[in-house]
Amino acid sequence: MSRVHPPNIPNTLRSKRRASALRAAAFMSPWLIGFSVFFVYPMVSTVYFSFMHYDGFNAPSFTGLKNWSYVFTSYPMFWPALRNTLWLVVIMVTCRVVFGLGTGLLITKIKSGVGVFRTLFYLPYLAPPVAATMAFAFLLNPGTGPVNSLLERVGLPSPGWFNDPAWSKPALTLLAVWGIGDLMVIFMAALLDVPTEQYEAAELDGASAWQRFRFVTLPNISPIVMFAVVTGVIQTMQYYTQPMVAGKVASGVIGGSGQQFEPGYPDKSTLTLPQLVYNLGFQRFDYGSACVVALVLFALSMVFTAFLMRRRGGLIQAGE
Amino acid sequence: MNHSPDARRSLALRRTLVLRWVGVHALAVAAALFFVLPFVFVLFTSLMSDQQALTRDLIPHTWEWGNYRKVFDTPGFLTWWRNTLVYAGLGTVLTVASSVPVAYALAKFRFRGRNLSLMLVISMMMLPPQVVVIPMYLFWAKQLDLSGTLWPLIIPMAFGDAFSIFLLRQFLMTIPNEYLDAARVDGCGELRTLLRIVLPMAKPGIAAVALFQFFYAWNDYFGPQIYASENPGAWTLSYGLESFKGAHHTDWNLTMAATVLVMAPVILVFFFAQKAFVEGVTLTGVKG
Repeated sequence: MSRVHPPNIPNTLRSKRRASALRAAAFMSPWLIGFSVFFVYPMVSTVYFSFMHYDGFNAPSFTGLKNWSYVFTSYPMFWPALRNTLWLVVIMVTCRVVFGLGTGLLITKIKSGVGVFRTLFYLPYLAPPVAATMAFAFLLNPGTGPVNSLLERVGLPSPGWFNDPAWSKPALTLLAVWGIGDLMVIFMAALLDVPTEQYEAAELDGASAWQRFRFVTLPNISPIVMFAVVTGVIQTMQYYTQPMVAGKVASGVIGGSGQQFEPGYPDKSTLTLPQLVYNLGFQRFDYGSACVVALVLFALSMVFTAFLMRRRGGLIQAGE
Repeated sequence: MNHSPDARRSLALRRTLVLRWVGVHALAVAAALFFVLPFVFVLFTSLMSDQQALTRDLIPHTWEWGNYRKVFDTPGFLTWWRNTLVYAGLGTVLTVASSVPVAYALAKFRFRGRNLSLMLVISMMMLPPQVVVIPMYLFWAKQLDLSGTLWPLIIPMAFGDAFSIFLLRQFLMTIPNEYLDAARVDGCGELRTLLRIVLPMAKPGIAAVALFQFFYAWNDYFGPQIYASENPGAWTLSYGLESFKGAHHTDWNLTMAATVLVMAPVILVFFFAQKAFVEGVTLTGVKG
């Protein structure tokens, strides 16, 4: 008599499942709203505006592919920005990874005063980007900068740094290498995870220091190196504050005085894609073309993000 | 004198060890100089007299601590401080409050679309803010008339921040499910479990997220540039610092003093919360 009727089981299961789905939705709700309002809506809108002529005053009007062809063929800053990004990806990212790994290795080898050294190496990473860029604009300024006066004292040539198109990106690279602390910490943790037995075995086999690094250390930490490279590339796509501030300070054109700073000083050498969105949208009031650049930036970022998530063995563990 | 081969070998071994010690530490000192000297030069220049700041001297003749008072007396400087604290403080509270439940759901609930949600969170984390800035600016400025304030930067933080969600989720994953099950068996609802059991255990993760978010707001330049630039009364330190250089064209000493004042709080906070911070960096760097 007290038999449970079979149809009841799926029913309770279903209501249970519905309750747990509701519960998940409730906990997820802040992000679900945020995702819709601050991502889905503006993305759709960006695509829409990329086909519109809109200056913020007159109503938007459809222009087809005009914005797209303007950005790719006539806008004088697009290709220099892309070339600079490539330069920064190849050279700045490489320098940061090599130096980050180098300082990480160094820290693991230090016997006395590890704590002090680690803190000192880490500190520049914390410097707020605008402040750090101001500091380097001063340190590297060709007139009174300490770096050039030291270089001259030892008889080395003194470059124009942020004022010379050939030296502005190396100067930015120097600034980026200075703030290496994040990578150092990540590499340090990875290096300490390498099993010591492997080093002992290699040493018994008579492997030199370089061979131990090449055949024991590197294979063990290669996922972290990969992670550092890919996140470095993504950060480079977003590179905005440092080149903008360095250009403004070095050119002496800083807002408020009525003059308008055109990003890229000197001679477009520090242009990056995000700066183009600012230039097109907020200086030229060409919202449509700004949206075209934004979509290019989006596509490039997503390609590398997909790469970051797809690697098996998990650069970022998405699933379970 | 006749050393046995064994003794000679141990002598040679000791010599290599000493040489290696010296080599490693010499390299470490050189690296330390590279990381520290920029701070030292900035600090020294910030203490130079106006005339000396125009020379190539490296060390101040007289120590002009009054430069720092002059920076504080600059019109607007205190307002930038206040705005930065509001942006960073309020933003941090809102971010933590809205991100914790989302991270908890992603870490501990099983539901359809969980992995998709997590992937979208990670994608958003990597999204440059410039990608969506045009429609967002039009939304805040033209529809809500909020340009010239920091609200367009603060309000979105009440709706979860991708990076914070991800970091918290990584942290919550490390909390064993047994604790949660025990709480549920005792009749705790999910919200009570989260507040009573999970939150106390997640303190280090929350501290790391709060720190990162505070630094993010403190350092943000693009946001204030877009939304606050037209109204100096809404500027933050990071944005105002640049205009400081504009107002004091050649006075590197005052500009460097202002730079020190923007850097110092971040570094002080770091010293008080070093452990949480480094933990956060390793958590996001995650596991190979």
